[in-house]
Amino acid sequence: MSVWSRIWNALQGERLNDEIEEELQSHIEEAIARGCDPHEARRNFGSIMRQREASHSIRVAGWLESLLADLRFGWRQLCRNKVTSAAAVLSLALGIGSCVAAFRLIDALLWRPLPISNSSKLYVLSRKLTGLEGKPIEDRYWAAPDFKLMSGAVHDQADLIAISDADRSDITWATDDDMEKAHVVYVSGNMFPVFGLEPALGRLLAPADDRAPGLGPYAVLSWDYWNHRLGRDPHVLGRSLHIGDQTFEIIGVGPRDFTGTETGTVTDIFLPLSMNSLATRDGVMWHHTFLMLKPGVQAAIALEPLRQHLSAVSRAFEASCSTCFRGVPQATIDRLLNKKLVFAPAGAGISELQREYRRSLGILGLLAALVLLIACVNVANIMTAQAAARTHEMALRISIGAGRRRLVQLILCQSALLAIFASVLGALFAAWSAPFVLSLINPPDNPARVAMPADWRVLLFGFGLIILMVLLLGLLPALRASAARPVAVLKGGEDPHSSRRLMRGAIALQVAFCFLVLFLSSLFVASFQRLQNRPLGFSTDRLLLLETVAGKGQLPVVWNQTAEALRAVPGVDSVALSGWPLLGRIMINNDISINGAPPSPIPAWFLNVSPGWLAAMKIPLVSGHDFRSPDGSPGAAIVSETFVRTYFPGQNPIGRTFARGTNQPLNKIIGVTHDTPYHDLREPSPAVFYVPFDEIDADSAPGPVRFATFIIHTDSQNALALAGSLRQLIAQRHNGLRVSNITTQLDLVRDQTIRERLIAMLAAFFAAVALLLAGIGLYAVLNYSVLQRRREIGIRMAIGSTRAGIVRIVTLDVFLMIALGGCAGVALGFGASRYVESLFYQVKATDRDMIALPAIAILLTAFVATLPAVLRALRTNPTEILRAE
Amino acid sequence: MAKTDALQGSLDLLVLKILSRRPRLHGYAIMAAISSTSGEVLRAEEGSLYPALYRMEEAGWIRAEWIKKDTGRRARIYELTAAGKEQLGEEESRWHSVSLAINRVLREA
Repeated sequence: MSVWSRIWNALQGERLNDEIEEELQSHIEEAIARGCDPHEARRNFGSIMRQREASHSIRVAGWLESLLADLRFGWRQLCRNKVTSAAAVLSLALGIGSCVAAFRLIDALLWRPLPISNSSKLYVLSRKLTGLEGKPIEDRYWAAPDFKLMSGAVHDQADLIAISDADRSDITWATDDDMEKAHVVYVSGNMFPVFGLEPALGRLLAPADDRAPGLGPYAVLSWDYWNHRLGRDPHVLGRSLHIGDQTFEIIGVGPRDFTGTETGTVTDIFLPLSMNSLATRDGVMWHHTFLMLKPGVQAAIALEPLRQHLSAVSRAFEASCSTCFRGVPQATIDRLLNKKLVFAPAGAGISELQREYRRSLGILGLLAALVLLIACVNVANIMTAQAAARTHEMALRISIGAGRRRLVQLILCQSALLAIFASVLGALFAAWSAPFVLSLINPPDNPARVAMPADWRVLLFGFGLIILMVLLLGLLPALRASAARPVAVLKGGEDPHSSRRLMRGAIALQVAFCFLVLFLSSLFVASFQRLQNRPLGFSTDRLLLLETVAGKGQLPVVWNQTAEALRAVPGVDSVALSGWPLLGRIMINNDISINGAPPSPIPAWFLNVSPGWLAAMKIPLVSGHDFRSPDGSPGAAIVSETFVRTYFPGQNPIGRTFARGTNQPLNKIIGVTHDTPYHDLREPSPAVFYVPFDEIDADSAPGPVRFATFIIHTDSQNALALAGSLRQLIAQRHNGLRVSNITTQLDLVRDQTIRERLIAMLAAFFAAVALLLAGIGLYAVLNYSVLQRRREIGIRMAIGSTRAGIVRIVTLDVFLMIALGGCAGVALGFGASRYVESLFYQVKATDRDMIALPAIAILLTAFVATLPAVLRALRTNPTEILRAE
Repeated sequence: MAKTDALQGSLDLLVLKILSRRPRLHGYAIMAAISSTSGEVLRAEEGSLYPALYRMEEAGWIRAEWIKKDTGRRARIYELTAAGKEQLGEEESRWHSVSLAINRVLREA
């Protein structure tokens, strides 16, 4: 009670003093009223001032009052230098905002535990093996029958859970409806119970739903999907849902915050594992396997025996799998069987997005932290300069009895004020920038989605950051100022170099950080530019792509008729068909066998294309000719130059034959094309061969085609303008063909560089901020140092120092510091770049340009920043200075 | 310092005792009551009364309120709280035991 009243009184300010004064006065008046002589009354009372002070300190929380006074004083200090304070607050806000935004992204994608029970006991299983060309690779997918064997083997110690990737699939709600996209995941029946999840509506999938193929046609919706697609319709239970040729009944809605285990993607629909047609295939690995330790099982003791047990079971399964290795050379079989099963913690979920962005986000966090550090050093420098200008005041305060603790508090209050303003602005910046960056992570039609609540994790991080910032900003100047020796200062001559030494060190630090930021940025920007300007070998100009599906499949002749109908639409220049687009999501390879020999260890990638496809893509033929339609060229193939170099080195390939694996029909090469990238822009163009779209199968007849892509070369520059009408035209033909996805070849190429574009953009942003801050810091320090050395400069001029000499003494040590900082920056840069080498494309940290560019940028900035101070030094008028002294 | 503490201790006791007999007095009246009941023997320095009052108020033994006097000026009057009554009991018994002890020393020495 009394603490609160004292805090309350402290906040009252002068009112309390007035009250005490009033009461004391009324006492004296009372005495006078009772007939006491006024002088006598006052003398009896003693010193009113002293009594008031004593009373005041009893009724007020002293620490709070002094804190308030210091805050008021700090506020006045900040107001006195409005421009400097605003710049300090802005730069700190940018730094802290970037840091918090980076933390939110990193936390949401990599660290935040899944909202399930015992997420710390969840692991994911994968296998390490040697890949093609001897590189180590990790296989994260498992076959369902293998999974069943494994989960039976360890069921007393752990639960194994199968979860497929969240596939963006075509679904329809009623058979006549348009198709739409939803992220569909197949899960083993034990997932919901093992994760301890409760339904928001209806019931969740149970082990009974996942007993045998085809027995559990049930679907569970995620809460998010139920909310945004169905408006939380409570009557959704019992409705049916079509995926491909299967129908599922909705039985429930999952808990509110559970969006699946694939961080970055929100799962829409959960289906039983056994309902997938792949669930019975021994040789197809297609889902992830998670392991949840049973309650009471200690991870430290149980994991290694579990790993060995599972490894043995899985290896026995694969070795006995008859369909797994049909026609595969023994060496390859040995390589595939020789793998090591590993566990990785999966409490935060697992996704391709995490793997792809882990390092990028790390770099992002590093850049943000560096910018914050630069801003802090900057502001600390400015405050040191201000504190130095206040040495007189501090000395005076000490000599009239201020405690050093109080002085430190005074300066810390000022830096806390700066930090608090900066945090408010920074929080706004983070609130905007984190979702903005997230929205740039994936292609616009399928954005990354992840919950980024501003909860205690973020608040705690932000709070820690503020404390750190206050200490970084204020502690040094505070300790320095409070260590002022009043006698020396008031006499007018303390060591003038002491604070400059500190500031010079700060410059070196700042330049080192700044160089690191610039160095990394230039590497990322160069990577992105080189990737973007990589020769494609095909044209992306005015190419609309209609990815089309046909249920159980349609004969090529139907596809060709549809293509013919599309050609007749005004605005369409030409139409071609391919199995799938280049640089899309699909990639399929074949072993290549020449003259009946065993297949070579390097496979080649293929694509089914119609006549005219090469022309539409503007892929030039080096020799030979295109396919002729229809059926003009059974078994024909067109190959890329790399294909020729790989399988027919130094030979004329036209007319030669190859087979796709052993004992397969022969393909005859009728043409050779230039190289193009196939599925990844970052990799060198692989060996590719094209076969006719209406390729005949083993029965010498064209088989049904389940999906293909129309490549439409349009007349107008905006290829997407025609998309709607062409999609309708295909639907109106009622021949089973439906457009599943619309895109352009240009977008597919752009989607390849999303990550590089994002990092380059953010890195360039941070580089610009860092450079600007370093420039401001340099200017402030040099300007201050010239002001402080006015006397010295005046004397030097008076005794005949040349202008060059003056410039040298003003700038020499600063440029020495820049050189020192630059060298440290190069060392830091090499260290950091090793960690992110995998993100570079055709650039190396040791490239001359990559070091020269940041160095030149820093030198230029330094030159511009030092110019005003140098001019001021040169304009010093020695007579004036010496007279003033 | 010790001397002041002893003084303060007895000042507290006197103020509490006066307020327990006659509630709602202002500072001057408390002082006047102390000197009149003690037959003008005990006279605290007037100014030091107020810090003591505020200290007791913070401790929760007495509570204060502003009233309007007939003269039109305001006065701050004090009264005992429950905690103050308890404190008075403690102080009284302590005073008695101390004075008993001192008397015994005076008698037997």
